[in-house]
Amino acid sequence: MNSKMRIVVNEHMDTIIAEWIELMKEEKGERFFHFMPQHLVEKTSREFTTLMTSNINEGENAVNNERLDDFTEKVIRFGWSIKFVNKAIDNFAAVVFELLEDVEVITEQNLRIFMGVFTGWINPLRESIIEAYSIKWEQTDTLQKVALQELSASLIPVVDKVSIMPLVGTIDTERAKLIMENLLDGVVQQRAEVVLLDITGVPVVDTMVAHHIIQAADAVRLVGAKCMLVGIRPEIAQTIVALGINLSDFTTTSTLRRGMQEALSLTNREIVEVE
Amino acid sequence: MSNRSSVEIFTEWDIVAARQLGRNEAKNSGFGTVDQARITTAISELARNIYLYAGKGKIEIERVSTDGMKGMTIIASDEGPGIPDLRKVMEDGFSTSGGLGAGMPGVKRLMDDFKVESEVGKGTTITATKWLR
Repeated sequence: MNSKMRIVVNEHMDTIIAEWIELMKEEKGERFFHFMPQHLVEKTSREFTTLMTSNINEGENAVNNERLDDFTEKVIRFGWSIKFVNKAIDNFAAVVFELLEDVEVITEQNLRIFMGVFTGWINPLRESIIEAYSIKWEQTDTLQKVALQELSASLIPVVDKVSIMPLVGTIDTERAKLIMENLLDGVVQQRAEVVLLDITGVPVVDTMVAHHIIQAADAVRLVGAKCMLVGIRPEIAQTIVALGINLSDFTTTSTLRRGMQEALSLTNREIVEVE
Repeated sequence: MSNRSSVEIFTEWDIVAARQLGRNEAKNSGFGTVDQARITTAISELARNIYLYAGKGKIEIERVSTDGMKGMTIIASDEGPGIPDLRKVMEDGFSTSGGLGAGMPGVKRLMDDFKVESEVGKGTTITATKWLR
């Protein structure tokens, strides 16, 4: 059964590829088959179909895992979306099935047995692809979370007694915790007397963000430093007022530059030009 | 383009998705930066309330126009525990979660029209509209 299928598939490879490409061209959304140069389409298609048939060419019933991994890795490298890959597998299966029917490898009588062989061939490929894609996404997700954490909230000592924490991006509960920890650790370690919290890069200041900032500032006060809120854009100022958030315990400034001047004067210093 | 779009709220990150949608819609509707910030903040508050108190719900954003006025409506709906005392919730500084208690009255001030419907045990729907000037 299996060997007969293999021989027929290999014999008609060119027809299969041609028909498969035709089917794929009808797929909307993915531009691959329309915008790539013809020879490249040809090459990739041949590669794909070779990969598809690679595990029946082994001539075994059992799925060869190594080959499967190899297949998955290569398909992923084509850079297609998972929906498209799925469709490609579907179309390929349909083309092969029709061919096998035409040459009467599949008949009414052996249809049932054949379905088993056929799904045993196609399904592991599909499952492997889906699994590989989801692993890839999970990895990206974790990597981005780590990258975001690395980005967030480092306290930078700029001059003696003055440190700055620039906040960029969305502040969620997890980040708020990190901000608090880094702020307190940093203040103690750097012996800062004034800390500037710069929110220029925070897109939305809602009550939760404000609440976290107020808490952080209170904590900073407890370890003996002063916290200033800088980088308040005009539209943020208006929303803070509308929300009715009381920031009057803070020194706040519109820009980091003015905050810096303020911080220096608080520690009895100023910037002077050298003659 | 349809004038209604929505975001389901399940996780904290859905709040970000909701306000991103709101900001884009506000920008496309012709709101200025200050009103964009107001609308975005309002969505953020409402979405966070859903996340904190109801666990899950939906933020819908709709473009509206009546009497030659154009605007944007935010509809925040959930099937959570509901609000037992509406008057108290609208007071500044009232919070059951240790927050600032500025969310609900804040949203009312940020937006032009504001309406709360809530039934204990059934859920809450908040409708807030900002008009384009």
